[in-house]
Amino acid sequence: MKDMTFETLIAVFEEIFGRGLFWAMVVVAALVTLAYAFVLIRDRSVSWRKFLWAQVSMPVGAVLAVWFVMTMTHSGISDIGGAVDLIVFLGVATMGAIGMAILVYTLESLVKPPREDTHS
Amino acid sequence: MNSPNPPTIGRRGFLGLAAGATALAATSSAVQAAGLKTNAKIVIIGAGAGGTALANRLMDRLEGAQITLIDPRKEHLYQPGLTLVAAGLKPADYVLSATTDWLPKGVALIQEKAAAIDPVAKTVATESGQTLSYDFLVVAPGLVLDHDAIDGFSLDMVGNNGIGALYAGPQYAAATWKAASKFIEEGGHGVFTRPATEMKCAGAPLKHTFLIDDRLRRAGTRGKAEISYVAPQTSLFGVPIVSEKVRMLFGDRGIDPIYCQTVKSIDAGAKRVTFASPDGDQEMDYDYIHLIPPQRAPEVIRQSGLSWADKWTDQGWVECDMSTLQHLRYPEVWALGDVAGVPKGKTAASVKWQVPVVEDQIVSAIAGKSPSETYNGYTSCPMITKIGRAMLVEFDYQNNLTPSFPGIIPPLEELWISWLMKEVALKATYNAMLRGKA
Repeated sequence: MKDMTFETLIAVFEEIFGRGLFWAMVVVAALVTLAYAFVLIRDRSVSWRKFLWAQVSMPVGAVLAVWFVMTMTHSGISDIGGAVDLIVFLGVATMGAIGMAILVYTLESLVKPPREDTHS
Repeated sequence: MNSPNPPTIGRRGFLGLAAGATALAATSSAVQAAGLKTNAKIVIIGAGAGGTALANRLMDRLEGAQITLIDPRKEHLYQPGLTLVAAGLKPADYVLSATTDWLPKGVALIQEKAAAIDPVAKTVATESGQTLSYDFLVVAPGLVLDHDAIDGFSLDMVGNNGIGALYAGPQYAAATWKAASKFIEEGGHGVFTRPATEMKCAGAPLKHTFLIDDRLRRAGTRGKAEISYVAPQTSLFGVPIVSEKVRMLFGDRGIDPIYCQTVKSIDAGAKRVTFASPDGDQEMDYDYIHLIPPQRAPEVIRQSGLSWADKWTDQGWVECDMSTLQHLRYPEVWALGDVAGVPKGKTAASVKWQVPVVEDQIVSAIAGKSPSETYNGYTSCPMITKIGRAMLVEFDYQNNLTPSFPGIIPPLEELWISWLMKEVALKATYNAMLRGKA
């Protein structure tokens, strides 16, 4: 790649998803991240009960992310052909898992804030 | 664990903090350098990948320049997508957009053919008789597919009687898929060809062969099909190490390579093709044939005296310096893209590397500085070897492999990541390039 700068990357992503959708996704991702940071700071501790549900949801996120990428690109598991492919595959799954966990934890925390007397 | 009296933060306060941080990040992004003031007249013949990208970049760099593009084509084609259309992976409109979608404000587009170039008087005449004078001229009209050079063939045959020709445009790529689909269903003898001339994306004929082979396997009809890849050359690809790899893959897939045979004519009714070869004419029956005609520079280039006099004389590519793309006899003329008379570089990826060089040459000439950018022949080809896998082949004039991700993405391995790049990132990168952003 020539001139692979941050600006180029942004321009490429804008073209992949369309400018509106890309920035909408960035905003959603930023909002979820902010909300996650907010509940962590507000609660000053991790709720292990909520974290358990978040963990349970991780495989679902992983599978959904892999399915999304493979369907969008006419490819399948059998197309994995080398080490870098495996890394990409696991990377996609990991991102899906983490994204899902953050989303689930944040939603739980926003919907059910901890009461004063509950132990974390 | 908690401090006895932690500072409290409310939702509102937190969001305010975050918004402030974002605003700070946004304003600190690079300040746009002011454009170089000039009243230079720049004419670009061709609003394809090269012409459009260059116009966008020059508009960013120059202030007050009169930039005029001359191109009769209303439609802009994303040509790297044609192989995907011809394999039923994308619809025909995947490659289509409007020429005007990509042009920056402030450039003039004359939707006519350039009819004559006078490099001595420094003028370009259009078909309607309009004459434009220029200080700098960039010739980027692309190339011409010489379908008439194949006896017995015309474009209206594509899609019927087992004839495919994906280069001719989106509707023909879609028709090619129609003809190929019948072959995939019924089997028979598939003949995949390429021309003897220089051609755009020399990987495309190979990709089409690999994709149809994969389609046959997926349909369960590969056993009923025989595949021949017939080339006028003595190898399968211009870069020896890549050619060898393709030869091995062909061996693996049961594709029969035949060398030193050039398509001369077809008999569509009899489904028979005649090849010219050193041993005389050879005939071959087919059930499906993929034809790619000889490719040449447009007539206006050849008539204007811009072509090489001693190289590619039947093809007429522009005589220019390999590293700067500047015309060897007319220093205010540059060639860009397919029309350039350089040994490699007839791909969109090459254009991406060439555009900054021509941009630098023109801007430096205006500023009175010496240019620094050079083109090393960089050409890239995501060589699809099946649906879901490709090899990210990149090379230069010297036939060296020039991988963008050495040690991470091996260029001669069939990989999913390379396919992902072709499927997802390539068109996006191409579009970003058109806008002058990549």
